[in-house]
Amino acid sequence: MEHTTINLNLKVWRQKNAEDKGQFENYKAENISTEMSFLEMFDVLNEKLINEGQDPVAFDHDCREGICGMCSMHINGRAHGPWSGTTTCQLHMRAFKDGETITVEPWRAKAFPVLKDLTVDRSAFDRIQQAGGYVSVNTGNAQDGNALPIDKKNADASFDAAMCIGCGACVAACKNSSAMLFTSAKVSQYALLPQGQPERTTRVMNMVAQMDKEGFGACTNTGACEAECPKEISISNIARLNREYLNAQLSL
Amino acid sequence: MINNRIPAGELAQKWSTYKSTCKLVNPANKRSIDIIVVGTGLAGASAAATLAELGYSVKTFCFQDSGRRAHSIAAQGGINAAKNYQNDGDSVYRLFYDTIKGGDYRAREANVHRLAEVSVNIIDQCVAQGVPFAREYGGLLSNRSFGGTQVQRTFYAAGQTGQQLLLGAYSAQMRQVSIGAIQEHNRHEMLDVVVIDGKARGIIARNLVTGEIERHGAHAVLLCTGGYGNVFFLSTNAMGSNVTAAWKAHKKGAYFGNPCFTQIHPTCIPVSGDHQSKLTLMSESLRNDGRIWVPKKQGDTRKAYDIPEEERDYYLERRYPAFGNLVPRDVASRAAKERCDAGYGVGTSKMAVYLDFASAIERYGKTEATKQGIHNASKEEIIKMGKGVVKEKYGNLFDMYAKITGEDPYSIPMRIYPAVHYTMGGLWVDYELMTSVPGLYALGEANFSEHGANRLGASALMQGLADGYFVIPYTIGNYLADEIRTPKIDTKQKAFDDAEKIVKDRIAHFMNVKGTKSVDYFHKALGKIMWDKCGMARNAAGLKQAIQEIRTLREEFWKDVRVPGTADSLNPELDKAGRVADFLELGELMCIDALNREESCGGHFREEHQTEDGEALRHDENFMYVACWENIGNNEWQLNKEDLVYDVIHPSQRNYK
Repeated sequence: MEHTTINLNLKVWRQKNAEDKGQFENYKAENISTEMSFLEMFDVLNEKLINEGQDPVAFDHDCREGICGMCSMHINGRAHGPWSGTTTCQLHMRAFKDGETITVEPWRAKAFPVLKDLTVDRSAFDRIQQAGGYVSVNTGNAQDGNALPIDKKNADASFDAAMCIGCGACVAACKNSSAMLFTSAKVSQYALLPQGQPERTTRVMNMVAQMDKEGFGACTNTGACEAECPKEISISNIARLNREYLNAQLSL
Repeated sequence: MINNRIPAGELAQKWSTYKSTCKLVNPANKRSIDIIVVGTGLAGASAAATLAELGYSVKTFCFQDSGRRAHSIAAQGGINAAKNYQNDGDSVYRLFYDTIKGGDYRAREANVHRLAEVSVNIIDQCVAQGVPFAREYGGLLSNRSFGGTQVQRTFYAAGQTGQQLLLGAYSAQMRQVSIGAIQEHNRHEMLDVVVIDGKARGIIARNLVTGEIERHGAHAVLLCTGGYGNVFFLSTNAMGSNVTAAWKAHKKGAYFGNPCFTQIHPTCIPVSGDHQSKLTLMSESLRNDGRIWVPKKQGDTRKAYDIPEEERDYYLERRYPAFGNLVPRDVASRAAKERCDAGYGVGTSKMAVYLDFASAIERYGKTEATKQGIHNASKEEIIKMGKGVVKEKYGNLFDMYAKITGEDPYSIPMRIYPAVHYTMGGLWVDYELMTSVPGLYALGEANFSEHGANRLGASALMQGLADGYFVIPYTIGNYLADEIRTPKIDTKQKAFDDAEKIVKDRIAHFMNVKGTKSVDYFHKALGKIMWDKCGMARNAAGLKQAIQEIRTLREEFWKDVRVPGTADSLNPELDKAGRVADFLELGELMCIDALNREESCGGHFREEHQTEDGEALRHDENFMYVACWENIGNNEWQLNKEDLVYDVIHPSQRNYK
């Protein structure tokens, strides 16, 4: 790919810590190669800030190949930026034009408090998982892997839900900051498998209760979560969660 | 004298004999025994969950914001297990044999046999947890083949096997957190091991959000902290992957085993410029259908498809007619480097070779046309159908390539180049996974491992989970049975004061240097030295030079690094400074080890030791040992040797022609 260099204006959210009010700061990013990833552009910005004696921008990132779910930037009003089905770390600078202004914010949600700049606390997701996102099987309890045949269709659908990387884009994209897509993906993974059946009722009840307790909003079926999900997790999982929840209530 | 504590008896009986005779800790005593697990990847999460299920009181630590993000999550291909579900002749012995041979005869027979034995239990456990493995229409588990083997023993979940296995282990871990059996400490980094009366008794950790330095005591400490590929700056590792925990353990007396054994993976997306922060792997499975080539003419600037067939050099097929594009990773990587160094590389950097799917697309297209009964399909129709088939097989990888490079790999050959991927070396451990410090264990990639000098594909996930689910729960009991009278570890002891002071002084030093260069500047400089002189090919002169250059760089680092911000807040630059400081010491030891190992084996290629055809030449008579480096202070090391004894397998020279 022929690469060119572009100059950009960045409007980046800066916030010292959870207590700080925070504000946008403007920066210039110059001679940015279109071959760079979005986070590499931030590396260049940070290198410049460090050399100028300023505090670099704090942001979460780790694998930089779209699977760990750590990166989490709200770019020009979209979770993970303009490319659909793409995490921030896989977004590349050829998505932008020379001279463009890019606004970068952290995930905004009551349940995801800002720790610093673009870094937020997503431990609420861990607690939702702790509430029931597992099969209660101790190591050593298992029967032979092939003793339990599973319809390929269900296994594949379970996998599609299990692909969720827990990044929180669904929450950031939702006007109510609902965590339904995340929670429903985990509930669906197990609901579609025979291994998930024994705890099916308690799992959905407990995970939904925890979700509410964490301060996530209600789902109004707008579909922004599905549109912004970097792994394209289907909103049909939410419908499945609702059925599971209803059935669980009826069986009480 | 190195004691590897391998049990006596027949190879195939060693592990079952061990399990039946090792000491046990009764359930009531387990409750009052504390275990620290550092790192929450496959090894750490599986160990933490299993030990908590057994009743031990467990604390986990990871630097990420959640245990689920450890870099095991990025493994693509699959996990091996000797299930023989495909009835194609697999067995525990065959998996054992393939792993030993793949490692170029530098691993322990007893450990590798145990690994092959427990491989079958791992699959059962993961299925029971609800890991959605790929399945056949009959509802049973699907398998595929992977490099270096003749059977189909690899279990997988699309191209995201590591993710699914890790989320399975993480779910088991979360279940134990919910009942209070595990206490999680995320966004924490271990900065020292505390050793009292010769035994590991706790750690010093830094809360990465508040900067607070914390003391944690325990009866045993498990390091499950992954590999050290990031010493090269550019690798397929995550940005945060580091050697710090293992290095601190090393400085407290744990031997470092075979540090120079690094795996360079042949199929990665090449470097595009100085801004590059990491390299992305394209799964080994692509070599099943892609053909690797470079132009026959040096410095050829024509576009790939303007170069006619007869002017292309399919160098792997030329050099290795028997294995062709499917030679093992170390061989394929070296061959690509050889062509690029000789001036035949492609792309703007000239440090890349083509991985071309054109003939596979045409072949699949023809088959598809026949299948659909179209006998007079035009070339365009065939290509279109062929692209469809390739998309089905490798779609997610092709999409990833397109996103990163902006090129369409369905019409232009991929450009690939080798990149640092996995480190076979690591903390030396005995059969019980204990380091040379009693009570201090290393699991998964963090230990010097069962992979010898070269790891086969789909074996890393197997080893991480074997260590955590099925080995440590037995072996740790054998140690802790003698610790039941040890009360809760008091963290007010002097050893904790001393360790904490060292940690705090070091942080204060970083903050006070106020130098002129960023941490990344030093990391990149170190990476370049390592890649140029301790990378795919090494020689004595280069290694000696590298050692000098690293020493100079290290001195400059301590005098001139610039760490902005404060130590009492979230400060990623400070975190990086500590990690790079440790890489600057490890890098030197890797070069020393590479210099000492006067042979070529697996991923370690010394230019002075090659056959007439340029292949790796082992010297078993002098180097059939694990190099166990002992830190004697002040960046000086003493070499101890653990001889490798082969009772069952007879080592031979590998041949892929």
